[in-house]
Amino acid sequence: MNTELIGVIATFIITIVIAIPFGKYIVKVFKGEKTILDFLIPVEKTIFRLCGIDSTKQMNWKQHLIALLSINILWFVYAFIMLLTQGSLFLNPDGNPSMSPDLSFNTAISFVVNCNLQHYSGETGLTYLTQLAVIAFLQFVSAATGIAALIVVFNAMKEKTTEGLGNFFDMFLKSITRILLPVSSIIALILVFNGTPASFAGKDTIHTLQGDTVQVSRGPAAGMIGIKHLGTNGGGWFGANSAHPLENPNYLTNMVEMIAQVLIPLALIFALGFYLNRKKMAYVIFGVMTIGMISFLIPTMIAETSGNPAITKMGIDQSGGSMEGKEVRFGASASAYWSVLTTIISTGSVNSMHDSSMPVSGTMQLLGMMTNAFYGGCGVGILNYYIFMIIAVFISGLMVGRTPEFLGRKIEAREMKIATMIALLHPFLILVGTAISSYMYTKDPSVGWLNNPGYHGFSEMLYEYTSSAANNGSGFEGLGDNNWFWNITTGFVLIIGRFLPIIGPVAIAGILARKKFIPESAGTLRTDTGTFGIMTYAVIMIIAALAFFPALVLGPLAEYFTLYHH
Amino acid sequence: MKTYILPSLKLSGILLIICSALYPLFIAAMALVAPGGGNGKKVFENDQVVGYDNIGQKFTNDDYFQGRPSAVNYNAAGSAGSNKGGSNSDYLTIVQARIDTFLVHNPGIKKSTIPSDLVTASGSGLDPHISVKGANIQVPRIAKLRKREEEVLYSLVKKCTEHPLLGVFGPERVNVLKLNLALNAL
Repeated sequence: MNTELIGVIATFIITIVIAIPFGKYIVKVFKGEKTILDFLIPVEKTIFRLCGIDSTKQMNWKQHLIALLSINILWFVYAFIMLLTQGSLFLNPDGNPSMSPDLSFNTAISFVVNCNLQHYSGETGLTYLTQLAVIAFLQFVSAATGIAALIVVFNAMKEKTTEGLGNFFDMFLKSITRILLPVSSIIALILVFNGTPASFAGKDTIHTLQGDTVQVSRGPAAGMIGIKHLGTNGGGWFGANSAHPLENPNYLTNMVEMIAQVLIPLALIFALGFYLNRKKMAYVIFGVMTIGMISFLIPTMIAETSGNPAITKMGIDQSGGSMEGKEVRFGASASAYWSVLTTIISTGSVNSMHDSSMPVSGTMQLLGMMTNAFYGGCGVGILNYYIFMIIAVFISGLMVGRTPEFLGRKIEAREMKIATMIALLHPFLILVGTAISSYMYTKDPSVGWLNNPGYHGFSEMLYEYTSSAANNGSGFEGLGDNNWFWNITTGFVLIIGRFLPIIGPVAIAGILARKKFIPESAGTLRTDTGTFGIMTYAVIMIIAALAFFPALVLGPLAEYFTLYHH
Repeated sequence: MKTYILPSLKLSGILLIICSALYPLFIAAMALVAPGGGNGKKVFENDQVVGYDNIGQKFTNDDYFQGRPSAVNYNAAGSAGSNKGGSNSDYLTIVQARIDTFLVHNPGIKKSTIPSDLVTASGSGLDPHISVKGANIQVPRIAKLRKREEEVLYSLVKKCTEHPLLGVFGPERVNVLKLNLALNAL
């Protein structure tokens, strides 16, 4: 076995080994049990006192959502104004300009919703102030929003009828002080000691060995790169994201960044098991999600390590794999693994350019975001999976002729309507967006968005809306997307694609929690079995495959057949 | 909603200070003891800064080892890949031209031994590395121009080869700038 493959397998195993105890730790944090960071309690109490928040006050599901949405609106207004005026504010050593209103709109929304649809390049598009006080700030708080929303749902899944589902601000703040800040500090320090810049010095000018004069962009990047992965946001300091040699200097940092982005989504699955004392259910969910991940990973690895067949025809040595858009220090395998992780987990950071991936890999990246429930983003991954579980319970219930029940509560028409709407919203946003942009482009090709002709050009547009709706943020970056059309349309897709999939599950969970608890009996459809896992997997794949198959045929699959069978 | 606005505003303000000021300042302070002091690791030749050890540089002269094609011409003011799709015919024409150019500059090299990383652009446009094959294949050309034994240069490449992490994780590769510095120092 070669060292590139071993590197990938080792990275995955290390992730699981860390995620299980980390999941236990998360449970302790939210149950208020003793942890090693308890010395922060006075700090948290002081913060709540200064803000006038009573962190012990229980909230019902509606109060949770109102609190969550109001604080998010504040962040959006703040971020929009900062980006619009950054050129004339301080901490701007490179003298970068302010953003246009449509780009500020898109960027502010993108980061509020824990996405990183960057229609700019970090080196020229932002200042050190906005990188830290807008982008990195939102990377913390949007990730904490996702975790808090998930814990509300966890609370609602407990075995008692209840209105009170914890306090939003308490869970939100603890996500930052106990989870995100400490772990991203560790990641940032590893990066710093491997050569990632962290100082506030501006661009450097270098006379190269050959005698050219070039510039090198720098800045306090390490801290942001820590939280960008841990919080599954993915927004890079530099334009090339984690392909950039300062953002991801070597194979060690590449492993650390890959582990960091999967850590919380994985740990939260195990946390579900510990929190509700339903370990078997957590292992089934983990199993289904892992099978989903591996089913995307294997075709991607094969396609990328085999190289581009059109270049093979030219008669050169492609044993290193398809290297366009990839970095030698990571190699084709680790790049393939990253591209699958970042799309199933809604991180959206990249260590290779997805636009130059092989068509099979492009299909897998798209499917990762279309399903959006295998591991998934910080907190929201399990929320998406929860919707699919509700649908699977309902369908299974119909199949065996029993009243559908989920964790001791009856699923009725109201919950099903919400679940179905959320499940169908995703294909609706993606396909309508792609259809409109395709129409605009064919009507007037002089808009010049596409960097590649034909099927691949269509894939660039499909990818952009898929990435927006999934709050992923990666892109087929050849797409010329910094213009009013893309900034505005993807901006709206981002908002809808974030908040409805949070509101939906929280509402369902809240409604269910108020219902009478029916203890499980021999007649109950068990939701912690392998059979139910397969059922959920089937629901996910049928909704994703059936809804998106025609679009995939027009894009990456058509490209595959022209490239491999021409 | 009104009851939440003021507390939210205050909480956001406090978190802004913690996450966007204290946190990066803490990392910057810790970086002072890291190699490069948090400014990036520089490399020197005769006490002169010649670059950053992991930012690739452009080498066009035939008596240097050359790196990979770059979409940003190795100017690290920015960073980008080509974003060309594998089926794009304009792109494939460019790759073919790179192969032809390489064969002209490296006479006697068999086409089937050119590794793909030498004719494809990297993701960042700043890739500091090439594959070991990509370095060895350039040895005959450089040996001739620099009037050195090929064996000496092969062993130089071997000496400059960076190994997989702990010997087992990830690919072998050669840092082009460091290899060229070693070449000058011969």
